[in-house]
Amino acid sequence: MTDIPMAKAINEGLKAAMIADSKVLVMGEDIGQLGGVFRVTEGLQQQFGPSRVIDTPLAESGIVGSAIGLAMRGYRPVCEIQFDGFVYPAFDQIVSQLAKITMRHESTQAFPVVIRIPYGGHIGAVEHHQESPEAYFAHTAGLRVISPSNPHDAYWLIQEAITSEDPVIYLEPKSRYWHKGPIDDEKPGASLHEARVVREGGDVTLIGHGAMVSVALQAAEIAHSEGVSIEVIDLRSLSPIDYGTILDSVRKTGRAVVAQEAPGNVSVGSEIAATLTEKSFYVMEAPVLRVSGFDTPFPPAKLEGIYLPDTDRILDAVDRSLAY
Amino acid sequence: MPYTEHTLRLLAPDGTLVVNDRTEAYHSAIGHLTEADFREFYRVMSVVRRFDVEAGNLQRQGHMALWVPSIGQEAAQVGSAFASRPQDHIFPAYREHSVGYIRGLDLVDIIRMLRGLTHGGWDPKKTNNFHLYTLVIGSHTLHATGYAMGISFDGACSTGDLEKDEAVIVYFGDGATSQGDTNEALIFAQSFQTPQLFFLQNNHWAISVPVRVQSRTPLFERAAGFGIPSVQIDGNDVLMSYAATRIMMDQARSGQGPQFIEAMTYRIGAHTTSDDPTKYRDEDELAFWQAHDPIDRFRAYLQGLGVEQAFFDSVATEADDYAADVRKRTLTLENPPTTDIFAHVFTEDHPVVTEQAAWLENYLSSFEQGPS
Repeated sequence: MTDIPMAKAINEGLKAAMIADSKVLVMGEDIGQLGGVFRVTEGLQQQFGPSRVIDTPLAESGIVGSAIGLAMRGYRPVCEIQFDGFVYPAFDQIVSQLAKITMRHESTQAFPVVIRIPYGGHIGAVEHHQESPEAYFAHTAGLRVISPSNPHDAYWLIQEAITSEDPVIYLEPKSRYWHKGPIDDEKPGASLHEARVVREGGDVTLIGHGAMVSVALQAAEIAHSEGVSIEVIDLRSLSPIDYGTILDSVRKTGRAVVAQEAPGNVSVGSEIAATLTEKSFYVMEAPVLRVSGFDTPFPPAKLEGIYLPDTDRILDAVDRSLAY
Repeated sequence: MPYTEHTLRLLAPDGTLVVNDRTEAYHSAIGHLTEADFREFYRVMSVVRRFDVEAGNLQRQGHMALWVPSIGQEAAQVGSAFASRPQDHIFPAYREHSVGYIRGLDLVDIIRMLRGLTHGGWDPKKTNNFHLYTLVIGSHTLHATGYAMGISFDGACSTGDLEKDEAVIVYFGDGATSQGDTNEALIFAQSFQTPQLFFLQNNHWAISVPVRVQSRTPLFERAAGFGIPSVQIDGNDVLMSYAATRIMMDQARSGQGPQFIEAMTYRIGAHTTSDDPTKYRDEDELAFWQAHDPIDRFRAYLQGLGVEQAFFDSVATEADDYAADVRKRTLTLENPPTTDIFAHVFTEDHPVVTEQAAWLENYLSSFEQGPS
């Protein structure tokens, strides 16, 4: 058990995966010599060489499209998209090609491609650098979508994403890159698509993913001091969603709040609210409430503190839930 | 712009062999071909054209939602496909029926896809590396380039053994040259010096938009901007298509990086059966290209070599028989099972797919039990 930042944990996970399987390649813009704009791939090119840690031309569709061809050849490419808002030039290759190409091949060939995307706000950056695009990918059949919230999960989930035979979108909450946490490099603790109860409680279930998990935990701590017991669930996987864990919790609490940085409209939070309505209608004491970014483009950075859900907005929703 | 001063050919439009200083090397590249090879070129062009007509008829009779004709482009495809080597990987767009035939594809598999039975239709491992059709224009050029990067990383090219060194051909059209993906593929190919041939069939029309709207410059000249060697050939000359492909594929597999051929040809038919070319094309242009038909040209060449009429007659009979067999087999194709909705979405288990497959099975079986 050592404490390391999430960026380093992903780096260590990539390294372990590359040692375990010589077919694992890492490719993207500025990831080799520079080590990535967030230094997640630092040192990998020196260790594994330029044919396994590939500095590509500046073309996102080219990165994902050529990764698909490499997967046909038997490689397991891990693509880095530099920022959330830069993934859209690759949208056709991800949504129309990668997500559908296994079905097109009628399972005669697997496409184990991982696409890493640093995402989310709270880093004070310019337009296109703070977005949360997870709903696009979670909506798309053929993709698995995961997002770690802490270094331990980041270390293990990247390795499980790489060994998965299916395409995986791996969303890295960039505001958590520099936060240290313990990793146990012996035991993963949970599998790729399991959600985890990260704080037990009895009054309200609070669900989040990525950077929102730490905000949710802080909110739960504040609520505890006010006599409200919040159970916090870290989704970890956004597609598929582990409804078993969520349903176990709401059967106990009867109330659920979903928190996310992404806009609420047609989002992961919306899907959870709809599914809880279908599957746990009679145990619910209150409607599922969403706390999310507003249905606007991500605002200029000086406004992000208001735009992004914080502990107050989460606790406001918890209060509204308890008032039913 | 049908042909230009740059267009290379070995067979003149009247079917006579004409060799000059510019084409001497290409002529040498067909030196090992025998009359038996030439007969095979003719046979495949004729059989696949007859198949193409039959498939169009099947569509008109309601047995397919759509057909994609390749009539007029047979020489570009047949010459280049025969020039590839067994170890090569072929990434077609969606009109390369002749190429598939040569690599061993059962052409009914293309019909299965266009009839709505599958999104793919074959396993490239069982069609001598003839990969699946991709319907988004240009997307597959990047898959081909990635595959070629993999060949290079594997050390499976540039060893100096032409019988083993692998390379990739990717087919695309003039419309695809406007797509970002095609341009990114050219950039990645030159960056990583992939063993790869970009084979552009310039059939002059991207549905209703003529090539002159796509480009103010001959398309093969664009390759120079990417640092990729290129030639423009007469795509209706099967011998030139063979020669240029043979030379450039062997350069690609030998470590000389990506290559580019623009084959000037023409889409005699519609883009697909959903299209009506009389709305946008003029008759003179069509007449010009019908007068430059690739099969007629090659027949004239073979007749000049002394090939007897009985051969052409037997090919015509074989083509009719093949078309009849395709028709028969098309009409007996069965619809896929409903489980195919879920079967191939993921390679590993997925709880949502499993749950919805079970739900559908249960729902459908509720009807078998009758109304409750």
